[in-house]
Amino acid sequence: MPKLDENPRVFLEEFRVKNAAEDYGLADDKWDFRKFKERFRIVIVKMDNLEMEFDLIGIQPAFANAFRRIMLSEVPSMAIEKVMIKNNTSIIQDEILAHRLGLIPLKADPRLFEYRPEGATEGTEFDTLEFSLKVKCTLNKTQTKDSFRPEDLYENHSVYSSQMKWLSIGNQGSVHKDNDVGPVHGDILISKMRPGHELDLNLVAIKGIGRDHAKFSPVATATYRLLPEITLTQEVNGGDATLLQSCFSPGVIGIDSNGCAFVKDARYDSCSRNVYRYDSIKNSVILSRIRDHFIFNVESVGAMAPHVIFTESIKILRDKCKTILDELSNF
Amino acid sequence: MGELLNQKEWDSGKGLREPIKCLEDKWKLVPSFLQVKGLVKQHIDSFNYFINVEIKKIVQANEKIFCDSDPLFYLKYLNAYVGTPDLEEGFNVTKATTPHECRLRDLTYSAPITVDIEYIRGNQRVIKNKQLIGRMPLMLRSSNCVLTNKSDYELSQLNECPHDPGGYFIIRGQEKVILIQEQLSRNRMIVDEFKGAIQCQVTSSTHEKKTRTNVIVKNGKYVLRHNALSEDIPIAIAFKAMGICSDQEIIQLIGTDDNTLKKMAPCIMDCHNLKIFTQQQALSYIGQKCKTKRFPSNMSKMRTPIDEARELLATTILAHVTVENFNFYVKAIYLAIMVKRVIEAESNKSAIDDPDYYGNKRLELAGSLLALMFEDLFKRFNWELKNIAEKIIPKVKAAPFDIVKHMRPDLITNGLFTAISTGNWTIKRFKMERHGVTQVLSRLSYISALGMMTRVNSQFEKTRKVSGPRSLQPSQWGMLCPSDTPEGEGCGLVKNLALMTHITTECSTEPIARLACNAGVEDVRLLGGEEINNPANYMVFLNGNILGVTRHYKKLIKIFRMFRRRGLISSFVSIYPNHNQRTVYICSDGGRLCRPYIIVERGFPLVKQHHINELNRGLKKFQDFLKDGLIEYLDVNEENDSHIATVELEIDPYVTTHLEIEPFTILGVCAGLVPYPHHNQSPRNTYQCAMGKQAMGTIGYNQKNRIDSLMYNLVYPQCPMVKTRTIELTNFDKLPAGQNATVAVMSYSGYDIEDALILNRASIDRGYGRCLVYKNAKTTMKRYSNQTSDRILGPSRDANTGKIIKAHEILDTDGIAAPGEMVENRQVLINKQMPPATLNPISQGQPQQIDYKDVPITYKGPVESYIEKVMVSSNSEDAFLIKILLRQTRVPEIGDKFSSRHGQKGVTGLIVQQEDMPFNDKGICPDMIMNPHGFPSRMTVGKTIELLAGKAGLMEGKFHYGTAFGGSKVRDVCQELEKHGYNYHGKDIFYSGVTGEPLEAYIYSGPVYYQKLKHMVQDKMHARARGPRAVLTRQPTEGRSRDGGLRLGEMERDCLIGYGASMLLMERLMFASDAFSASICGACGRLASRAWCHACRSSGAVAAVEMPYACKLLFQELASMNIVPRLTLKRYC
Repeated sequence: MPKLDENPRVFLEEFRVKNAAEDYGLADDKWDFRKFKERFRIVIVKMDNLEMEFDLIGIQPAFANAFRRIMLSEVPSMAIEKVMIKNNTSIIQDEILAHRLGLIPLKADPRLFEYRPEGATEGTEFDTLEFSLKVKCTLNKTQTKDSFRPEDLYENHSVYSSQMKWLSIGNQGSVHKDNDVGPVHGDILISKMRPGHELDLNLVAIKGIGRDHAKFSPVATATYRLLPEITLTQEVNGGDATLLQSCFSPGVIGIDSNGCAFVKDARYDSCSRNVYRYDSIKNSVILSRIRDHFIFNVESVGAMAPHVIFTESIKILRDKCKTILDELSNF
Repeated sequence: MGELLNQKEWDSGKGLREPIKCLEDKWKLVPSFLQVKGLVKQHIDSFNYFINVEIKKIVQANEKIFCDSDPLFYLKYLNAYVGTPDLEEGFNVTKATTPHECRLRDLTYSAPITVDIEYIRGNQRVIKNKQLIGRMPLMLRSSNCVLTNKSDYELSQLNECPHDPGGYFIIRGQEKVILIQEQLSRNRMIVDEFKGAIQCQVTSSTHEKKTRTNVIVKNGKYVLRHNALSEDIPIAIAFKAMGICSDQEIIQLIGTDDNTLKKMAPCIMDCHNLKIFTQQQALSYIGQKCKTKRFPSNMSKMRTPIDEARELLATTILAHVTVENFNFYVKAIYLAIMVKRVIEAESNKSAIDDPDYYGNKRLELAGSLLALMFEDLFKRFNWELKNIAEKIIPKVKAAPFDIVKHMRPDLITNGLFTAISTGNWTIKRFKMERHGVTQVLSRLSYISALGMMTRVNSQFEKTRKVSGPRSLQPSQWGMLCPSDTPEGEGCGLVKNLALMTHITTECSTEPIARLACNAGVEDVRLLGGEEINNPANYMVFLNGNILGVTRHYKKLIKIFRMFRRRGLISSFVSIYPNHNQRTVYICSDGGRLCRPYIIVERGFPLVKQHHINELNRGLKKFQDFLKDGLIEYLDVNEENDSHIATVELEIDPYVTTHLEIEPFTILGVCAGLVPYPHHNQSPRNTYQCAMGKQAMGTIGYNQKNRIDSLMYNLVYPQCPMVKTRTIELTNFDKLPAGQNATVAVMSYSGYDIEDALILNRASIDRGYGRCLVYKNAKTTMKRYSNQTSDRILGPSRDANTGKIIKAHEILDTDGIAAPGEMVENRQVLINKQMPPATLNPISQGQPQQIDYKDVPITYKGPVESYIEKVMVSSNSEDAFLIKILLRQTRVPEIGDKFSSRHGQKGVTGLIVQQEDMPFNDKGICPDMIMNPHGFPSRMTVGKTIELLAGKAGLMEGKFHYGTAFGGSKVRDVCQELEKHGYNYHGKDIFYSGVTGEPLEAYIYSGPVYYQKLKHMVQDKMHARARGPRAVLTRQPTEGRSRDGGLRLGEMERDCLIGYGASMLLMERLMFASDAFSASICGACGRLASRAWCHACRSSGAVAAVEMPYACKLLFQELASMNIVPRLTLKRYC
């Protein structure tokens, strides 16, 4: 049985989440930079272009939460904000079409753009990306088979995001490569059409933040959870051991050669607390989570790599701190 | 499951112990039933019967018209037809039409009624076929409608939704439903207690007459009461008038037991006291009591009172018992039975009938109501023809009189159209005056339209505070939905049909009567009173008329049921005994409620697993089950004579006769949407039934082609995660009205008290709860009798700048707003102008300049709209019809109403940024937070189960079922959750989005289907500082639509009085409302005009007094009534 170390914990009891005795929350602890530097660690567990899992160890929840919140709502990204409708004879209404287009994630590094100044009606090459979407549905004249599938009967019966065309403004053509601009996914269905329906749109994308509209959020979600910890207080073996194993996510509880259960890896436990349903084993485990060990999960929408989003969030927090310090010093 | 036991095994009772296996997929009979019958088949069946059968009968019953002035003249109707829907495009030019065209162009979806006639023109007999006599509004999906038997593709070509149930009419572009009307059944004896006295009442109804006959107890004697008689007739006299003259015979007919003898003695005495012994004397006695007719016709003038009494007895009293050649014997027996019932009920209170018993109720559908209306109109049509013939024939004319030229179809057409469009059913002949028979089909959501088609309206007065007719009758079981009824005044009076209910249409009685005779029923006319009342005999009634007596009632019933199961007589004929009355009733009349059951014989249901398998494979349909005698329809009365098991386990081999097909069918369409309704407190299901009709969603596949005056659509409607069988049967999953929201049941901020909901901003940004509101603006361009007509001008330009003025900015060059434009408040949609004078003809000669008056159609509303489309067409009067469809997209905001499917409504209390929302280990933020205080008092356990099942369904990637009395079990659902690593109880660890720390409580969370209701703040918000005032009282106007003031009501006023804030009261009630400075003459105390008192002829004492204008008005009004209000004036400072 491992000895409980100094880590602050929350205990997952049967009916509630309880802090350890005499733990009034980390917010009450006095901040000590030296101690923080000693303890603080970042461990990257998984990372690719769309998703990243990393651990933030030894940090107050306020900070961890601040990063999460900033990633969700303050890290900027580009999204379609204005749709100039020249023609829309499809069955989808103008506003709904514009709303749908707005939600399409765009592949464009927002760091290369500026916010459009308030009140500006015309965009410049530094703050705007323009696309056009011109699709007309027609009867497929080449179709010979006796097919009734719409894909055989009509041309352009579905409008996909890949049909958006980037229109470079000013010098944009030399700054951005063709592949760097456009929708992240080409297979997002925008509308369905039938012969006679036509779309002729100009799409204007600007830089914005998630607080204004969820479409500007650079992440699908950014979230964290606390590191689960399972402690066995007594030996569990035999049938109870397999029962115990089944109460946790696969791979969490192992059974040794003696038929004795042991905690293999609590990290990926889903904390379902189903162990409390069985009286025979309910008292042989203590479920807890480490309060300063945050397992972050950042799922990027595609415009920026998740680690970039995280560093951006740190920058934003740093800038915010700077601003307030400046304000305070100038006060 | 064993085969049918043979007789030996049956006798030994062997094999009965083993439990009967449950049939799998038995519920599949329900979709099969609905496939054949449809959800609104009652309406369509009834209408089909009317236009195909009954209309011919009505025409046949009134087939000949004679003319008093020309004995040779006659007109005879040979046949009548209702054609296919068309439009009259001019004289004798017609064009086939579709329902959707009628909806858009404000036309009536109707078909011509044509007749074949034979008549005399001059001296010739002429036969004319296909003569138009009127137009019949057609019910959608009826046999003559263009939509019947069309494939989904063909329907789409007709702009029609394949899921639209039909069963309604389109009158002048409006969809109208004739509601099902509930009534007491006709031609049945009903014994009830009225003010302490027992009475037996019969409402007779024939094609000619509708009368009510009572036998009541009066001073211990039995009397006959009828509207046509000015006084009650002692019962013995009535018998004597019917030719039963001997006292012994009378008593024998009623009964010869001691009790009856004792009770009848005073009645017989009465007769002797009045010295009435013969039929003649009795008839003359009755003749004297006849009410005199106000307008005696020639015929009736010649009749003696005796003739009149005989006629009355034969045709008016108990009119449904037919009398041939004045042989009153059957009617006398009928009357005797009535007396017998009263005597029985006097000593035995349980013999009193329950008027709320559903077996005594009949439902009138569109077909029978239209038949009544048509018959009345047709009679009037014939009467007018006759009048015309009588007037014109005596005149000498060049051309021979041709009656066809005088057949005006307008009478019948307009009569039917106005009846349906106003809902006023006035039939003078029957003194019938009903209002609100039809209603506009509510197209708020698909369910509201469907729910309307199954609605049953009671004739009972809504204002009366009685509980009897409102309470749920046990006999409504399975026929009417126990949950779906409105709250408030209509509670219990407005009902809804259950899912499998069928309403019978009339079927002919002759074969049934013949079969009954063959089965041993003896004609009552051949028997005396003693034989009839023999305790061994059972009296047999067919549709309330005496058919005869039988000794072997069991055999009779068995034969009838066997014939019905074999399909030799109509499956809707019901037969059941009443052992207290020793009678057998056979019913074949229309309007009875019935529903199918699986037949159980000797403890085993006849439907076996292999039958169900055949159904699954599509080899059998519901009709085949019926034909094979595996299933039969039972009406309410027969249902009460049967022993019905709900599930196989309940089958008792010795008594059970039937097995329920599926228990969830006792609920109706609206209650069927609720998942796990059997876990909810019952009023909650009732609330959901009312709210499901207000939910926004999809109303039909053709919703984009409709131009309704108001339509709500959801942008991204979803099928519920937890479905029910009813949802699939009603196609709600294809036309849904709501979205699955991830709900966390927890408290958050203080903005969630009193059922308020917290919404996630990001969810709204991504399209949750987004809805479209469509409204229309329309106008017609009329042509006037003086050759002038309305006109539309293009946009006007500012004289100085040459720019189009703001109000006309959105107009196209044709003067009609252009599609796609945004309209703001007070902008013009149609720039219409009207000529000033529309009646006086303009002087002929050179064309004059007419000063047209602007009558623009403007847009009103604080929030702008977009123009979706513009339709230009013509209506039935050939005037231009312009319709503009306006659209608003609305995003949920604080104050918008949402509701789950468990009667749990709430308004949005706060919209929270995603980062502030709590989140769980997986990073899921709820779309909605609901306060847990909503649960304990509401006891909507079904909602908590819906959440669990929905969550498990998400994990498994499948829909769970929450079907009533069944559905996915909580245990299975929870195990599924456990399998996917969730907590068994559905509670997860959540972190606060604000502090980032885990919440102390585990949060119950998962998807719940939420409906957005039509009540939105945008339509309700209202405030005013200054604004319009009413002309008469000068007080601020009332209501939002008139930009009215906000009333400081009586109770608020009381508070201020109690508090003593008199100046505030003055300010609120007078200065802020209708303050007026009136001149009052201090001398006489009356109102003066402009500082001059007319009465005193002086201005010396006139003073200005501030008072409410309403007060001054009151004084003037009193003065106009010769009451002089005088004010005594005093200086107060």
